[in-house]
Amino acid sequence: MIVVNTETVPGYTVTEAKGLVQGNTIRAKNTGREIGAGLKNLVGGELKGYTDLLTESRREALQRMLAQADELGANAVVNVRFTTSSVAAGAAELYAYGTAVVVAKDGAVG
Amino acid sequence: MTPLLVAVGVTLLLLVGGLIAGRLTERAHLARLDSAEAALPSILLTDLKTTPPGIDVDAAHLVMGESVIATDYWKTFAANVRNLFGGEVRSLGTLMLRARRQARLRMVQQAVQLGATAVINVRFETAEIGGGRAPITEVYAYGTALVPRS
Repeated sequence: MIVVNTETVPGYTVTEAKGLVQGNTIRAKNTGREIGAGLKNLVGGELKGYTDLLTESRREALQRMLAQADELGANAVVNVRFTTSSVAAGAAELYAYGTAVVVAKDGAVG
Repeated sequence: MTPLLVAVGVTLLLLVGGLIAGRLTERAHLARLDSAEAALPSILLTDLKTTPPGIDVDAAHLVMGESVIATDYWKTFAANVRNLFGGEVRSLGTLMLRARRQARLRMVQQAVQLGATAVINVRFETAEIGGGRAPITEVYAYGTALVPRS
């Protein structure tokens, strides 16, 4: 599956639009992590635990979006966007959306 | 009287500790960023949606990088003082720039690993994911990596 955040796939032509696809996940921080973050906020530095948590969660949202695109019979998702919102104290929603399309490589025979 | 002295003492200790530790972590982080950026080949980054001329694209992939950077006690204190008078909060400005550089670096590292020579339609976003005691701001960068025909 080709995934890009541009409106078309460079080097390819969109032959069919399958529609909007989306994926989300809501992750809670655990108390231990939050205490760790509180301590880190005294001395500064990267909150590696949070970075990893968010990276992993965003990938999960992306995977859910790709699963939808797969069901629609698409071979690419274009114009992908990410948004994040704080839904409750200590919980964040990671959301990915895009347009599922069918693309063909430029200059491909047949 | 004694509890007040203890409270003032602890606050002063946190301020001085935060100032020193914050400076050290910031300096170390900037040094790490410098060397990591120097180790990467220079590739084109743009926030344009179209392919720049001269690139014969073979494949395009979504690449992304994240970073969550903590403030320190001194910076928080300085920002609170600033809030009384208004004006630029420089210490937090450099903090956000560091976080953004880190996120961008991770995105570029992904692109280089894929063999890309350009990342187009680069977007930077920030997300407030706090809500508990410690407000947490995340910075992330994403874009489309272009791999040229070899």
